[in-house]
Amino acid sequence: MKKLLVILLVLTLSMTAMAGCGGDTGGGDGGAEDVTTIGFLYIGPITDGGYNQAQHEGYTAVKDYFGDSVNLLYAENVAEDIQAVKTNAINMIDNGASIIIATSFGHMDGMEELANEYTDVTFLHFSGYKKNDTNFGNYFGAMEEARYLSGIVAGMTTKTNKLGYVAAYPYTEVRIGINSFYLGAKSVNPDVTMNVVYINSWGDAALEQAAAESLLAQGCDVLTQHADTSAAQTAAEKAGCYAVGYNIDNSAVAPGSFLTAPVWHHEAYLIPVIEKIIAGEYVPESYYGTMADGYIGLAPLTSLVSDEAKTEVEKVQDQIVAGEYPIFVGPLKDNEGNVVVEEGKALTTHDEIWAIDWVLEGITAIQ
Amino acid sequence: MEGFLAATVIASMPLLFATIGEIITEKSGHLNLGIEGLMLMGAIMGFVVGYGSGSPFMALLGAVLAGAAGSLIYAFLTVSLRANQVVTGLTLTIFGTGFASFIGKTYVGMVVPQEIKSFFRQVDVPLLGDIPFVGPVFFQQDIFIYFGYLLVLVSSIYLFKTRTGLNLRAVGENAAASDASGINVTLYKYIHICLGGGLCGLGGAYMSLVMMSVWQENVVAGRGWIAVALVIFASWNPVKALIGSLLFGGLSILGFRLQSMGIHISQYWVDMLPYAATIVIIILSSTKNKKENQPPADLGNPYFREER
Repeated sequence: MKKLLVILLVLTLSMTAMAGCGGDTGGGDGGAEDVTTIGFLYIGPITDGGYNQAQHEGYTAVKDYFGDSVNLLYAENVAEDIQAVKTNAINMIDNGASIIIATSFGHMDGMEELANEYTDVTFLHFSGYKKNDTNFGNYFGAMEEARYLSGIVAGMTTKTNKLGYVAAYPYTEVRIGINSFYLGAKSVNPDVTMNVVYINSWGDAALEQAAAESLLAQGCDVLTQHADTSAAQTAAEKAGCYAVGYNIDNSAVAPGSFLTAPVWHHEAYLIPVIEKIIAGEYVPESYYGTMADGYIGLAPLTSLVSDEAKTEVEKVQDQIVAGEYPIFVGPLKDNEGNVVVEEGKALTTHDEIWAIDWVLEGITAIQ
Repeated sequence: MEGFLAATVIASMPLLFATIGEIITEKSGHLNLGIEGLMLMGAIMGFVVGYGSGSPFMALLGAVLAGAAGSLIYAFLTVSLRANQVVTGLTLTIFGTGFASFIGKTYVGMVVPQEIKSFFRQVDVPLLGDIPFVGPVFFQQDIFIYFGYLLVLVSSIYLFKTRTGLNLRAVGENAAASDASGINVTLYKYIHICLGGGLCGLGGAYMSLVMMSVWQENVVAGRGWIAVALVIFASWNPVKALIGSLLFGGLSILGFRLQSMGIHISQYWVDMLPYAATIVIIILSSTKNKKENQPPADLGNPYFREER
């Protein structure tokens, strides 16, 4: 009898635990005939104060725009492995989803398999490079434009002329951000240098904080990040320094340090593309949104930013939006002394920019 | 260098509380692998209570009670019902992780109230804080850290110099003999499992309230497991636990310091060091075979009075 009770209790406990950490599926009720059901997969919680929250703001905007004609589902904490992606997506397809949107790089292979199996469902993948000709496309944005602008703010704010960058992995997307942020700072402050720390994780609050603290200890007085949470901003606030966020406007979390943030406006792509899919006019593509498209933006500059910096940012922003301001203009040298962009040349196309495998002179970072 | 060592002390605190908590638990003969979960429960309840009340004492009390309540489940299952300790502990970790995510859902990104922030501000200890080098590293910290030093002292005295500490160790070494000598084995086990859990909860609360001061999902991020290793590293001794926590805490932030100084060493190597160190220590202590370095003899064995 006691044994039975033990087994029952352990089972109950583990069931509760499973329910607690499994990907919760939330969303509307749906059911009517001409309602399109769309499923979103997120790698983390939608309230992470960063990456996933930005993705979910896109979801909310889609919901507001389409109203009752769509039924939206989402799953949080979907791990970056094929099984997790497929389980969650198939669950959504069984619930009537005809569009699946996965939002983390590592969801790519699972999406590819699903696209082959479910040919009547459309799959959109954020940050990946795979696609097919019928029902699987990807999308991303020219974050370097907004990074550059936020770099201008940092370059004009720093007093020690030392910037700090909490970075996820030494990987192309991250390097593009590092270099464009630094170029922005350098364009207004020729003496500026930058230290980069890789944490080898997309998001881990404690690691991000420890990395931020090590940068502050090195004398960096303006931090930024390519990682999911707001830990770098709060660490900067504690130390009386400044921070440029990423993904969303976090001015409320660290009002004492927050300058601005390069942000995503996922709805700028999702709303038109969902309209196309519903109308049956969608052709898979690799979308690369820009500031001009409204897909990339800069969070409003806070009162900590000087007026000169505001004017400078506005000036450059207008040129970028007009398409007259390439970010990576030669001559540029990497931090090992090699010329990576020759004088008179500039990186302008997606393929040129996404071939970046260096960090610039003036940046301390391991490779 | 001073800056690095001072940051090491901060990084070591969650480990210290959790390790001493687990030492006390294991001294009663119970292996609780639920530390990670207990730390998270303490982290979230400390945060929620602190956020709601603005009182640092209430926040810490909330964390202790959450950790103790979590380990009460464990104690009931393993002491009274004699369930498998390893499985129950693992379940508790999964439960605690889910519990913290669930309760913390609406708190993500929220900031600790100013009263608590200023309560845990840096306070220099008079005299001690003025000692060159040692002062800035150990005695220009927040009040929680001084409490950590005190905990090492008190728990050492308790375990090795008091009658109840002796009884506790006897229960862990040989529950049947302790029972025969008139010690209330079940009571001792319950009290010390809950005490240990409360300390784990405090370790978690240090992370959410003081280190981060913003609620982020899964703040503990594996430190509970490091604490399990640290107990062995420390050979069930609170003073050695302090040394081990400092070592592991230091290694956990060393990689970033090296990187930001431009020293090229793979982060993966640095991340591996604490675990490699644990393996070395386990090998060393098992070859030496000294009696006081051994785990409590009855660790992991459920006690049935009828089977005596």
